Amino acid sequence: MKKIVILGGGVGGTIVANQVARQMGKELRNHELEITVISDSVNHVYQPMFLYVAFDQVVPEEAQKPEREILDRHVKLHIGSADRVDRDAKAVIMEDGTKITYDYLVIATGSRPAPEAIDGLEQGGYIFYTEEGALKLREALHNFQGGRIVVTVGVPHKCPVAPLEFTFMVQEWAKARGLGDKTEVVYTYPIGRLHSLEPVANWATPVFEERGIESHIFFNPETVDASNKTITSLEGETLNYDLLVAIPPHTGQAVIGRSGLGDAGNWIATDRHSLRMQGTEDIFVLGDATNLPISKAGSTAHFEADVVASNLVNLLRGGLGSIRYDGKVFCFIETGLKNATYIQFDYTHPPKPQEPTEMIHMFKLAYNRMYWLTPAGVL
Amino acid sequence: MEDVKVIDARGSFCPGPLMELIKGIRQEPVGTTFEVWSSDAGSAKDIPEWVARAGHEIVANSEDDGIFKVQVKKLR
Ligand SMILES: Cc1cc2nc3c(=O)[nH]c(=O)nc-3n(C[C@H](O)[C@H](O)[C@H](O)COP(=O)(O)OP(=O)(O)OC[C@H]3O[C@@H](n4cnc5c(N)ncnc54)[C@H](O)[C@@H]3O)c2cc1C
Repeated sequence: MKKIVILGGGVGGTIVANQVARQMGKELRNHELEITVISDSVNHVYQPMFLYVAFDQVVPEEAQKPEREILDRHVKLHIGSADRVDRDAKAVIMEDGTKITYDYLVIATGSRPAPEAIDGLEQGGYIFYTEEGALKLREALHNFQGGRIVVTVGVPHKCPVAPLEFTFMVQEWAKARGLGDKTEVVYTYPIGRLHSLEPVANWATPVFEERGIESHIFFNPETVDASNKTITSLEGETLNYDLLVAIPPHTGQAVIGRSGLGDAGNWIATDRHSLRMQGTEDIFVLGDATNLPISKAGSTAHFEADVVASNLVNLLRGGLGSIRYDGKVFCFIETGLKNATYIQFDYTHPPKPQEPTEMIHMFKLAYNRMYWLTPAGVL
Repeated sequence: MEDVKVIDARGSFCPGPLMELIKGIRQEPVGTTFEVWSSDAGSAKDIPEWVARAGHEIVANSEDDGIFKVQVKKLR
């Protein structure tokens, strides 16, 4: 019997499991193949909802479902935290000592916001990239009476559009609460324009002017002084704030470090086309966990999952597993509380801007509710 | 020649070569030299601009068959 072990039951891992299961149902039923998903959480969490949790438009329960309900019933689910991958033994060793052996390992452990990487941030600022963080920010926004809101962005981070979306949304939110006159919104970005995607930056620049959003480019947050309410960049600029909302730098997961599979940031060196961990034939990596220079987004994990699943099926049927990933990424972008746009690109095709419309916004909202069809392998 | 850490950011539109360099600089020790590979002509300009602001050093900046290669040393 062949064994596929998928470490991580988020977007990427779940799609791979369900797609392989759908194509190899006979082998699974005949016990010629076993697929195991390892996840440290009983629930599958749809992270984009945290943005709306911060504004009290959605509660956390609406953003989760039991992973067991989403997985094909022939896929095994092992709940627990993985301690390390033992490549010599071809096994994942769990924290409780359980050993789960594999023929093929798929690593989809995602990434982690690391507020501790910025001195003082945990004391002086808020984040909305985790459930806990979004709930604390919800409280802070609820009590907000006006002032200077600074949105700051560290490198690297997942979901490259969320910082801009939050910035637009928080300004409209303040206006809607009658606090528009008493609120200043400030946005900082690490490089020399408002967004890494040039068309998005070009689109956002006049919108910032029109809406009176102050921006500071080449600003990489380095320290926060919680008592004086200031934030300083590594480029040497200091800003005052009343409410600080940070998208902190991210790292890969600790299990990658403990396994010796990653670089200093726990990112795994991954072949950009084959999605195998560099130097290996039996380990695939996808989603936020790779070191690839592409957006860390659910859509990236989804497109990569299609490639990984096809290659696994192909390999198990005696093929060479040579289907290639072309770097495809697709993202919706909320441009306020009523309009949205989208952007798409791959390694060889640059992104092209699209006019924001209410239709796209409605679709994004609908997708937030339909998301569950994605890991289930339907959408 | 001392060890150079290659950052292969060819075809990277988002986050893009400069953000990949910032990520590398954040996580590697002072003294490390990076070589960023980029297929975007803008990198030959915006990488040096950030490097000057952040207090690091441009070691080399060249083009090789449409690929821009910028070497940067982390100084602090
Ligand atoms: C606020 C916010 C808004 C976002 N908006 C968008 C958006 O609009 N569009 C978009 O495309 N993307 C968006 N994203 C990004 C998207 O959620 C991630 O990029 C995506 O989830 C990455 O998928 P993944 O499979 O790589 O990792 P994840 O989905 O994060 O899954 C990783 C899994 O690994 C498990 N795991 C990790 N370590 C261990 C261990 N040691 N043992 C066992 N299990 C482990 C975790 O529990 C988790 O289940 C957003 C993210 C946030 C936070």
